[in-house]
Amino acid sequence: MKVTIDQDKCVSAGSCVMAAMDVFDQRDEDGVVVLLDPTPPADLSDDVHQAAAVCPALAITVED
Amino acid sequence: MTTPIAAYDIARSPGCPFDPAPAMREQSRQAAVSRTRLWDGSTPWLVTGHAEHRQILSDQRVSIQPANGTPRLNPGEAQSTSHAAPSFILLDDPEHARLRRMATGAFTVKRVEALRAPTRRIIESRLDELVAGPNPADLVEAFALPVPSLVISELLGVPYGDHEFFQANSRIIINRNSTGEQRGAAGQALAGYLDGLLGQKLAAPADDMLSALAARVTAGELTRAEAVGMGVLMLFAGHETTANMIALGTLALLEHPEQAALLRDSDDPKVIAGAVDELLRYLTITHGGLRRVALADIELGGETIRAGEGIVVVNETANRDPSVFPDPDSLDLRRDARAHVTFGYGIHQCVGQSLARMELQEAYPALLRRLPTLARAADLDDIPFKHDGFIYGVYRLPVTW
Ligand code: HEM
Ligand code: SF4
Repeated sequence: MKVTIDQDKCVSAGSCVMAAMDVFDQRDEDGVVVLLDPTPPADLSDDVHQAAAVCPALAITVED
Repeated sequence: MTTPIAAYDIARSPGCPFDPAPAMREQSRQAAVSRTRLWDGSTPWLVTGHAEHRQILSDQRVSIQPANGTPRLNPGEAQSTSHAAPSFILLDDPEHARLRRMATGAFTVKRVEALRAPTRRIIESRLDELVAGPNPADLVEAFALPVPSLVISELLGVPYGDHEFFQANSRIIINRNSTGEQRGAAGQALAGYLDGLLGQKLAAPADDMLSALAARVTAGELTRAEAVGMGVLMLFAGHETTANMIALGTLALLEHPEQAALLRDSDDPKVIAGAVDELLRYLTITHGGLRRVALADIELGGETIRAGEGIVVVNETANRDPSVFPDPDSLDLRRDARAHVTFGYGIHQCVGQSLARMELQEAYPALLRRLPTLARAADLDDIPFKHDGFIYGVYRLPVTW
């Protein structure tokens, strides 16, 4: 699984962090998404897909 | 031969205070994208399906700026100008993003987690006062309103002692029946108040959001008027919504005791978080209609929305879309409701959502545990629901324990 993010699109809602804490974080100054793990282990697949699905800015792409 | 377009009506039916308006539901059953007729005779698009809701709100070719011709949902709104609901909530990108990103740092998941313990203390002390006071009591006045008001006051750096002033003015802004004049005056009163506070923070900064905004004014990143606008928006958006959710959510739990038990007895944060998202979905207090206008021709749900046409996006029917939420009309705290759109979608999705979620995750279980015998102290029919609000809820909730 390969995850990419688009920080320009991100609106800092934090939904990705709530869905998959080990994969996504937020910058302190403006809450913009930070990718902790671009190739998360398979057991996080559901959480990562959930994060991409709830992201209001369509800023997360997941390739299986 | 065209069929007449139904009038836009969000009023819920008295017997089903938790369900969307019957006519709105009927229209959503017939089509995910249709037309609605407003009070002024205009016939903007009505987006009621879940997929279509998310699609249109994440389309960069829609605008939220009233000057571009967003629909006006009531006469009061037509007369009032932007100061009633100011700042980036009524701006498009890139201006919107520039201002929003100055606020979002305060609402990261991490920052909000740090507010959990202080929020818990606020909740416990309100509960202490509630139990020490008269029984029955009004849960709105004694608990639902003060808790989020105290939290946002602390976060912003607004003295809670002024709560009657800012609560009263916020109430005028979100009442659908307020005239433009009333709404403008309330907005200006809040702006004047925040401007005074900002002046104090410029002189003597503290560790709060208004001080952070003041520092940006000093640094030339923000005008003083922009900072005031953001302060008003935060103060006003930050307490009424959550307050309505606390009171209406409690009422819904009292109507579903087996569901309330789940929240009361669980110590699993994931279960509690899931339950809160389901309450947000089921109740959809933000049923006021999200207003947008198309800036280009947009294909949506088999229809073509032409450039310049108005759009009303409906959260409450999207949240009852059976293709996303099976058996959508039942409250099921165990379901996965995270795809709900109660906080909107796209670039304007609620800035304060992690704060609101955290407050709710703390408020319901604390209330249910502290008062295990909590019960309604009035018939459901006698409870004053906010049928006149952009934000749904109850004016009063008499309870006993
Ligand atoms: C249960 C509680 C809440 C609900 C249901 C809610 C709902 C919403 C919705 C639906 C929007 C989008 C409006 C649109 O797209 O036209 C929004 C935007 C916003 N909310 Fe909330 N909200 C809640 C709590 C809060 C809190 C606690 C704060 C602040 C401290 C807040 C601040 C804002 C702001 C600043 C915006 C504008 C965002 C933008 O335009 O980019 N909200 N909210
Ligand atoms: S969910 Fe999307 S918009 Fe929100 S912080 Fe994550 S990437 Fe950004």
